[in-house]
Amino acid sequence: MISCILKPTHKIFLAFLLALTVTFGAQAQQASEQADVAAKGVEPGSTEGAETGTADPAIIDAGAALFKNNCAVCHSAGSDVIVGPGLKGVTSQRSESWLISWIKNSQALIQSGDEHAVAIYNEYNKQAMPSFAFSDDEIKSILAYIDAQANVAAATPTTVAGPEGAVPGQNVGTDAIGAVGGYLDIVLVVLIIVLIVLVITLLLITSLLKNYLNKNRELDETDKEVVNQRFDFSKIYKSKAVRTLVVLIFAVVLLDLAIDKTMGIGIQQGYAPKQPIAFSHKLHAGEHQIDCNYCHTTVYESKSASIPSANICMNCHSQIKKESPEIQKIYKAIERNKPIEWVRIHNLPDLSYFNHSQHTQVGGVECQTCHGPIQEMDVVYQYSPLTMGWCIDCHRETPLNTQGNQYYDNLVKLHEQSSKGAFTVASNGGTECSKCHY
Amino acid sequence: MQDRIKYWKGIEELENTPEFAKLAHNEFPEFLPIGEGSGEKPSEGGKTHRRDFLKLLGFSVAAVSLASCEAPVRKAIPYLNKPVDVEPGTANWYATTYYLNGDYNSILVKTREARPIKIEPNPSSALTPLGTSSRAQAAVLSVYDNNRLRTPLLKGKEAKWEQVDKEITSRLGSVSGKVAFVSSTVISPSTKQLINEFGSRFGNFEHVVYDANSSSALLAANNGTVPGYDFSKANIIVGVNADFLGTWLAPVIFAKQYIINRKLSAEKKDMSRHYQFETIMSLTGANADIRVPIKPSDEFAIVSALHSAIVGGGAAGKVANIDEKALANAVKDLKANAGKALVVSGSNDPSVQAMVAAINNALGANGTTIDAASPYFVKQGNDAQMIRLINDMNNGSVGAVFFYNANPAYDHPLADKVVSGLKKVALKVSFAERIDETAALADIVAPDNNFLESWNDYEPKKGYLSLAQPVLSPIFTTRQMQDSLLTWSGNTTSYYEYIRNNWRKVITGDFNKGWEQAVHDGILQNGSSMLTVTNTFAPATIAASGLAKPASGAIEAVLYEKVSIGSGVEANNPWLQEMADPISKATWGNYVAMPRKMAEEMGLAQNDVVKVTMANGTAIELPVLVQPGQAQGTVSIAMGYGRNLDSMPVAKGIGANAFPIATVVNNSISYTSPVKIEKTGATSEIAQMQTHHTIMDRLVVQENTLVNYIKNPKEVTEYVRIATHDGPAKPSTISLWDDYEYKNHHWGMVVDLNSCIGCGACTISCQAENNIPVVGKAEVLMRREMHWMRIDRYYSAVEHEPKDYATMEDPAENPSVIFQPMMCQHCNHAPCETVCPVAATMHSSEGINQMAYNRCVGTRYCANNCPYKVRRFNWFAYANNDKFDYTMNNDLAKFVLNPDVTVRGRGVMEKCSFCVQRVQLGKLEAKRENRRPKDGEIVTACAQSCPTDAIVFGDMLDKESRISKILAREHGERAFHVLEELNVQPNVTYLTKIRNLA
Repeated sequence: MISCILKPTHKIFLAFLLALTVTFGAQAQQASEQADVAAKGVEPGSTEGAETGTADPAIIDAGAALFKNNCAVCHSAGSDVIVGPGLKGVTSQRSESWLISWIKNSQALIQSGDEHAVAIYNEYNKQAMPSFAFSDDEIKSILAYIDAQANVAAATPTTVAGPEGAVPGQNVGTDAIGAVGGYLDIVLVVLIIVLIVLVITLLLITSLLKNYLNKNRELDETDKEVVNQRFDFSKIYKSKAVRTLVVLIFAVVLLDLAIDKTMGIGIQQGYAPKQPIAFSHKLHAGEHQIDCNYCHTTVYESKSASIPSANICMNCHSQIKKESPEIQKIYKAIERNKPIEWVRIHNLPDLSYFNHSQHTQVGGVECQTCHGPIQEMDVVYQYSPLTMGWCIDCHRETPLNTQGNQYYDNLVKLHEQSSKGAFTVASNGGTECSKCHY
Repeated sequence: MQDRIKYWKGIEELENTPEFAKLAHNEFPEFLPIGEGSGEKPSEGGKTHRRDFLKLLGFSVAAVSLASCEAPVRKAIPYLNKPVDVEPGTANWYATTYYLNGDYNSILVKTREARPIKIEPNPSSALTPLGTSSRAQAAVLSVYDNNRLRTPLLKGKEAKWEQVDKEITSRLGSVSGKVAFVSSTVISPSTKQLINEFGSRFGNFEHVVYDANSSSALLAANNGTVPGYDFSKANIIVGVNADFLGTWLAPVIFAKQYIINRKLSAEKKDMSRHYQFETIMSLTGANADIRVPIKPSDEFAIVSALHSAIVGGGAAGKVANIDEKALANAVKDLKANAGKALVVSGSNDPSVQAMVAAINNALGANGTTIDAASPYFVKQGNDAQMIRLINDMNNGSVGAVFFYNANPAYDHPLADKVVSGLKKVALKVSFAERIDETAALADIVAPDNNFLESWNDYEPKKGYLSLAQPVLSPIFTTRQMQDSLLTWSGNTTSYYEYIRNNWRKVITGDFNKGWEQAVHDGILQNGSSMLTVTNTFAPATIAASGLAKPASGAIEAVLYEKVSIGSGVEANNPWLQEMADPISKATWGNYVAMPRKMAEEMGLAQNDVVKVTMANGTAIELPVLVQPGQAQGTVSIAMGYGRNLDSMPVAKGIGANAFPIATVVNNSISYTSPVKIEKTGATSEIAQMQTHHTIMDRLVVQENTLVNYIKNPKEVTEYVRIATHDGPAKPSTISLWDDYEYKNHHWGMVVDLNSCIGCGACTISCQAENNIPVVGKAEVLMRREMHWMRIDRYYSAVEHEPKDYATMEDPAENPSVIFQPMMCQHCNHAPCETVCPVAATMHSSEGINQMAYNRCVGTRYCANNCPYKVRRFNWFAYANNDKFDYTMNNDLAKFVLNPDVTVRGRGVMEKCSFCVQRVQLGKLEAKRENRRPKDGEIVTACAQSCPTDAIVFGDMLDKESRISKILAREHGERAFHVLEELNVQPNVTYLTKIRNLA
C-alpha cells in the first residue's frame, strides 16, 4: 500500500507543515486581536465630533478644552455625580446668566440668597465650588460643549463614554495593520486547504495509476521496477545538500530567535505587576466613568500625568466603601504618614523625554491610544511596546492636530503649498532626534 | 582697515616655544589616553593588556546576560498629600535674593518637585534685571552640599537645639565683659535691627562688622557708605585698582550700568572711554580702552597727580614709571567731561580715597554719575573696629563673641591673633553652615540655614528693598541665625513674622496684599528705605600715604579676589573651583601671577613652584603663572585658597592661603606688601583651560576703533572673500551642500563682543542647566573639561600709535584683551554632521545641530572635524563614580540635576544644544495656549544669565524678533561669523568689538 510506504516520512513532514501553519495562524491571530483592541479602545472617541448639534464646532472645541482642564475634575458632562453634579441638561434647567454668575463666583451667588444656589450648595454637603476667572464667552463655549455632549450621548446611547476630543482616523496605522492581518489569515488558511487537497489528490492518482499498471499491463522487469520502485527517503536525509540546508535553516531560525529575544530586552509589553493596592481601572474608569483627569490631575498640563496622591482617593473614599480592606490600606498609609509605593509599569528610558501634555492637550491623543483599553483593565498592564520604533511609526502616520491652533496656521499653509500628503507629526519635524533626546 | 592684529592666547603661543609647538602638534593625539583619570602622563599611554581585555569582555557578556534576565522593579511614589502648588513635572519659580560679600543679585529660583535646580535673574529688579554673577549661579549647588552641618554642635559634639538654647541662655545670663557680634556686612534691615535688639540687654555690646576684602577707606571717605556710583551716566571712567566688573563692591550692578554706555548701534554711535590704572590684570582692566599697569606703591602718586590736576587745577604731575601720556589724556578727558566723569579706586588707603572723593566732587559727579541720595550699603566693614576687637579679645575683656558670616580665623590678616584671642573668650558661638576655621574654635556652633532655606530682607542700595523667601524646607536640622537670636532673646515670634512687622512701615495700602506682591516680586522699589547705617569711621583726610614706600627693587605682592572663588566662603563649590578664571583661564587653585620680565630675570617658567616669603615671615609655595599685563616688579596671588578643612573636601589642599600678604597699617588693612620670592626647583602644573586649542593666525575675533566706526561702520569688520573665476566672492556663494529650508523656526544667537565683559557667569549657568559634570584638576590638565561653553580670551598687542617701540619690544607687557564666548555654532553646513558614521549628530528643521547621545558610539570624528573645537567627549562615567566625587556622586548633590536633560554616560560626545529643552518647552507652552511663541520667551541659559545682555537668542524667521532686528541692523557692519571662509554657515553671529582708544 502506498499509504504504508509513505507513512513514516510523510507523518513527520505533515506534522512539520501543520506545526508551521498553526504557529503562523496563532501569530496572525494575536496581531489581529491586538488590532481589535486598539480599534475598540478608540471607538468611543472616534464617534465623537461627528454629531455636534447646532453650535459652532470651534466654540465647542474651545469649550471642550476648558471643560477638560477645569471642570472635569469634579463634573461629568453626562449625568453622573463625581464630586459635583453631572451637567447634562444643565442649560435647560438654569438660565445662562445664572450659570455665568454661578461659575464666576458661586459663593457670592449663595450669599445673595439665590434659591437654586443655596439648594445645590446644601445638596452637595456645603462643598463650595471654586471661582473661575472665565470670560462670558468662555463660559458660553463650555455650556455649548455640555449641550453637544448631551446630543452625542443621545445619538449613540450604547457607546462607552470615553474622554473626548479624539481626532477621527487617528489610528489609521494600527487599524490598517489589523485589516491586513485578517486578510492574510484567510489567504493562508485557504492556501493550506488547497495544498492538502492537492497532496491527497496526487497520492490518489499515483496509487490508481500503479494499480492499473500492475493489473492490466504486461510489463517487463525494468518497467515493473519503475512502477513499483520504492522511494528511498533515506537518500534525502543522507544527502549532503539536504543536511546542509537543514542545518542552515536551523541556524537561521536560532539566530532570528536570538535577535528577536535580544531586541526584546527591556521591552515590557504586557507587564502587569501586582500593585500594593488592588485598584481597578475597570471599576473606576470603566463602570463609574470617572474622567482620567480627575485622578491624573496633570495629564493635560505637565510632562508627567502624575499618580494620584492619597488625598485624591479620599475625596470619594472618605464616604464610599470605607470598610473595604483595600481602601483601608489607604487609611493606614495616611495614618502612618507613608506614601503608597505603586509599582511603575511604564518605564521609559531616561534618555528619552516624553511629555503628556504635548500629546493629550496639544495633539488631542486619547489616553487609550497608548495605554490601551484601560477602562477594561482590572490590573493595568503595559499595552504598548514603548519602543522607539513604535513612537516613530505613530509620528509618521498621525496627522497633526492643527485645528484652531494658531501655532500651526502658517505651517499648514506652507505644507499645503509644497505637499499633497497629510501634515503629519513627522512632516513637522516630529522624527528628529532632539524632539525626544536631549 | 589696519593690518590684521595678531592674537595669542598665552605667552607660550606668543613665543612659540618648543613645548607649545609640541602641544599644538598634539592637539589631536593619536594615542588613546585610557588612564584611570588619575592624571597620568598622556605620553605613557594606556596600560590595558590583552588578558585584561578578554577578562573584561567575558565579564561584560556575563553581566549583560544576567542583567537582561529581569527588569528591575521601579516604584512610582506619589505624594501622600499633594501640596497645592507643586505639580509633578512642572517647574515653579520663586523670587528671592542672593547676597554674599557685596555680590547682590535679585534672583528667580526654578524649582522642580520642590527642589531648587536653577537660578536666574529677576527681571523686575531695577538693580540686577539682566543677569547674575557666576557665584550666584553656582549658589544653587551649595544648598546640596553634604558637608554642611547637620545638627548644632555643643563643644564639638552633635546636640539638639533645645540643649543649645538652654546652654546659651544660661551662659549669656552670667556673661562678664563685652559681648561682641562679629559679622561681615549685613544689608538686611531686619537682621540688623534684630542684632541690635539682641545686644540691647547686655551692658557692653558691640556689633563688629568687617569684610574679608575690606573697603574701609572708601567708606571712611564717604560718610560710611559706598557712593551711589552710576557708571551708565559716565562718559569717562577712570579706575585705579578697582575691579568693579569682577569683584569690587557690587560687580553685577556695576556691570549692568557700565555696559549701557558701551553698547553701539547705528542709532548710538558713541560710548564711554575707560582708563584703568592697575597692578593685576583684572577683568575690569581687560575691558578698559586704555590700561596702564602700575605698581601698588605708585597708586598714591597717580591719584595725587589726578587730584592736583583736577582739584588743584594744575597739570598732572610727573609720576615715575608710568605711561605719562595715558595719565595726561585721562586728565584731559576728565576735565572735558565734567559732570559726566567718574573716578573710582579700590585702594584701602584712606588718603587715596579722600582724594578720589575730592576729585569726583570737583568733577561734579555728585548728582550725575554719583547718585548722592542713594548710596550703596554693600560694604560696611570697619577695619579699625575689628582690629580693636581682636586686641580686646587678647586682653581678655571680651566675655562672649558671636560669628555670623564671618571667618576671621582664616580671612583676617591678624588670624593668628584671632586664634589666640578666642582662647581668652568664655563663650564663642558660630553660626557657620559648616565647621570652618573659626567655627572649629567655637564652643557652640548653631548652623544657619542656607539662603535658599531662609526668609530675609535686603537693602543693597538706599531705596531698593529686596526680599528672600525659602524655596525648600531646611535639608538638615539647621536653624536660621535670626530665629536663633529671637529664641535666645526670649522672643517667641518667628523671624518671618518679625520681617513682616518691619515691612508694615514700608508697604503702603492693604498690607497683606502689598506683602504678597513684594514676596512675589522679590523686590520693593517704592523709594522707601529701612536700613540705617551709622557712620562709625574716623573721617578720611588727604594726607601723605600711610604706606611705607617699599625699597626699590622689592617685589610688591598684591592679594586679590578671584571672580569665581572670592574670599573663599564658597570654596567648596566644585562648579566655582572648575570655572576658568576670566583672565588666566586657570582652574583649581591659586598661583603667583608675575610679569614675563620678572620670570625671565629669575629664570622661572610657568608652573615652576616658588617660595613666597611675606614681611611677617610666613611662607607659602605656589606655582608661577606668567601673566601678560601684570605690572613690572609685582606679583599677585588670589585669596580664598589653601583650605585644610574636612568640611571642605573639594577645596582641601588646593592652592595656598595668601591672606598673610595683607597687613595692618594704621588701623586699616593693606592688601599689598613686599615679598621675597625664591625658586624651589619643584614644578606643579596649573590647570588652564586655555592652550588646549590653537588658532593658527586665523581670523577668529574682530575688533576696531570707535574712530573708524564713526567714520564708516561698513569698514570695521573684515569679511573674507574667496577667489573664484568671477573674482572674489562671498564664501557662501560656493557650496557643496544644499541649503536647508526652515519653515517653522530658525533659532539663532548673536554675541556682541562689545558687550561681553568675560565674567563667565554664562559658563556656570550652562553647567547648571545642562547637567555638565565637574571633572577635577587632573582631567582639566588632560584637556578633558566638559564645559559646553567657554569664554576664549585673546591677547593682542595694540600699537596705540605708530612707532610705539615699547609695545613692539614686549607685546606681553601690556596687551589688549578681547573675550569671545564660544559654544556650538550650530552650523547650517555642519562639518560634524557629515563625518558621523552613525548619524548621531544631525540637523533639525529648526536650525539646531542635534546630538543624540544614545546613538553616539564615540568615534570622536565630529570633534576632530569641528573648526570651533566645541565638542566635549565623556572619557569617563562622571556620575556615580567615586573618582569624580563632585556633583553626581551622592544623592543630595544629584538633586541639583535638571530632570529634563539626560546625564550622559561614558564614551559619548556632547556639546551645546542651544538649550533645546527650553526651546521645546517654550514651543509646547505656546501650542498649549494656541499661539506662536513670543520673542524673548525662549532663551538659552547663557543668554538669560548674562549681566550685560551680550548674548541674544531668538527665532530668526520671526521678523519682529530682537535677533532679526539686530542682524538686519548690523549686517555688513559689525556682524560676522567666525571662520566665515569655511562656509559652514553658523547660526551664531558675533558683533565686532569696538575700542574707544584715546
